[in-house]
Amino acid sequence: MIKLASEAEATLSSFYEEMRDKGAPRLRAAGWAAFSESGVPNRRVESWHYTDLKTAMGRPAPLATASRAALSLPRAHDSLRLVMLDGAFRPDLSDIARLPDGVVVLSLRDALGQGELHVMSALASADIGAQDPILALNAALMQDGVVIQIAPGAAIDRAIELATLASAEAAQSTYTRALVMLGAGARATVIETLGALSSAPAQDNSALVLRLAPGARLDLVTHFSGGVDQAIRVASLLAHLDVGAMINSFALIEGEGLNRRQIFARLDGEKARAVFNGATLGRGRLHADTTLIVDHAKPCGESREVFRNILDDQSVGVFQGKVIVRPGAQKTDGVMQSKALLLSEQAAMNNKPELEIFADDVQCGHGATCGRLDKDQLFYLTARGLPRREAEALLIEGFANEAMNAIEDEQLQAFLSDRVSAWLSRRISR
Amino acid sequence: MLEIKDLHVSVGEREIIKGLTLSVKAGEVAAIMGPNGTGKSTLSYVIAGREGYEATSGDVRLNGENILDLDPAERAAKGVFLAFQYPVEIPGVATMTFLKAALNAQRRARGEPELQTPEFMKRVKEAAASLGIAPDMLRRPLNAGFSGGEKKRMEILQMALLQPRLAILDETDSGLDIDALRVVADGVNALRSPERAFVVITHYQRLLEYIRPDSVHVMAQGRIMRSGGPELALELEERGYQDYIAQEAA
Repeated sequence: MIKLASEAEATLSSFYEEMRDKGAPRLRAAGWAAFSESGVPNRRVESWHYTDLKTAMGRPAPLATASRAALSLPRAHDSLRLVMLDGAFRPDLSDIARLPDGVVVLSLRDALGQGELHVMSALASADIGAQDPILALNAALMQDGVVIQIAPGAAIDRAIELATLASAEAAQSTYTRALVMLGAGARATVIETLGALSSAPAQDNSALVLRLAPGARLDLVTHFSGGVDQAIRVASLLAHLDVGAMINSFALIEGEGLNRRQIFARLDGEKARAVFNGATLGRGRLHADTTLIVDHAKPCGESREVFRNILDDQSVGVFQGKVIVRPGAQKTDGVMQSKALLLSEQAAMNNKPELEIFADDVQCGHGATCGRLDKDQLFYLTARGLPRREAEALLIEGFANEAMNAIEDEQLQAFLSDRVSAWLSRRISR
Repeated sequence: MLEIKDLHVSVGEREIIKGLTLSVKAGEVAAIMGPNGTGKSTLSYVIAGREGYEATSGDVRLNGENILDLDPAERAAKGVFLAFQYPVEIPGVATMTFLKAALNAQRRARGEPELQTPEFMKRVKEAAASLGIAPDMLRRPLNAGFSGGEKKRMEILQMALLQPRLAILDETDSGLDIDALRVVADGVNALRSPERAFVVITHYQRLLEYIRPDSVHVMAQGRIMRSGGPELALELEERGYQDYIAQEAA
């Protein structure tokens, strides 16, 4: 075991040698130092207890070098798309020319080359998340990505899609990082798509860094799909919210392989509000881990986390949620809830909600449940004429809906409902 | 319409229904009255096909067809409707979505074309209006957070939409105030027809002042102990069920 582990880290070290002179040397060096302290996390690392990345990764797949020349990508929604394909930002596949006023997009490679101070410091994860080895590894090895700056006061109606896609025919590792900066009072919607176009077991490590200036609002929809059994996908979300800023987010995780979504959010200004909701549709041997830390650093903040895990076959769900209320973050209002629905004997859920409260005038609660479809509900629906499988589907859909309610955009709502329906019809038909 | 012959039903190890025989004709409203814990709800569940309520012997026939081997959805498509004593809350599923899914599932099972949205909406809105159900309630998750009276009205709305051939009302009067009771009873009476039969299960005679039965059956100890006309309900109201419980002790 130890020999294999050191082999993994030796391979990653060679990746670092390859990337260390490709811009942002200090950020990379800090990331590599933080990663080196723990290496690839195994079950003994507390925050990775339910996701044994070390065993799953084995020897890291080679670092992606070039992405495919031409490709036609289907569109799932009417958005302005920015494509990261096989670790590289692809302006030729992106809607660069159609970007509205108030939105400036730069490839990460170019941004690192220019080295503008405010961009470089925004990219870094100095406080929250800095301890996570995989996010640190992302900083050390980031190959490309995008930097999006949204002007103060701008209201961007069209959603901006960040599509991180793997298309290579052989296994490869990719490290991408995107930064979205919203100026004061700006509004935007971002769709984060993580998908695979080939059946090779990709190993993707991506990060999305969000910086919300005072009064900014971001609506975020994240969608994990595709993948194969041996694929690994770790996507980190790092969010900083200033005074009165708001993030309203929902993530749908489906597909296959090992998936981990980690959220590190810091409510760094008074009256900041954050909603991190999500649903997992588990089938086959999907492993879907959502691990989040919401850190209330200033007073009068509000956070909501509502997660629904629907787990069939041998799929495994993980929810680790920690809400921190710092001293002085009085009047914090936090509610965290994770519910799982187990649809087969072999499916499993691991729930670990935590509160760390250091202020005395706060309202924080959490709940976690795990159960099967309710017999009374099933009888009620079947007695009304719904065949058993359809009744189950309706109950599952209702269960997922409880986490999707916060999405206001009708088009996105319809997109997500369609995904849930598609998953359910596959279940009905087999 | 409904023929039950020497029915025995066990739930787990316990026999609850012990040789029950009952016949209800098309167009008839049959009231089943009896003390608590005598198997009235069990009877409604076994007719509707609830899992775990197994008939160990005997027959339940709907228009001549034995329905005991059918699953609940198949029975519903053949016209069985159970208005629940405790309607179940279904969070996350809009009432309207559920109504349409149920109606169209039954139509599909019968080989009828599905109802398109405009026609469906028209029917739901008419039925809702006659039962005093506000349109915004139809957008809320089914029964979730509804009051007892709202839930019972919703049961009658479903019955009005699904147009069953045999409707079983299980203690529909429980938890209703007098105004809600009248609304619910009016809803039931509006559906009375020569092609439809009702089995009204109740503990009290009160409901039967609003829904006039054609026959009254006393159920106790898992059997029908006595059958008669509407006057039997009045007698029960006066004397209670002690005669029938006493027999059990003897």
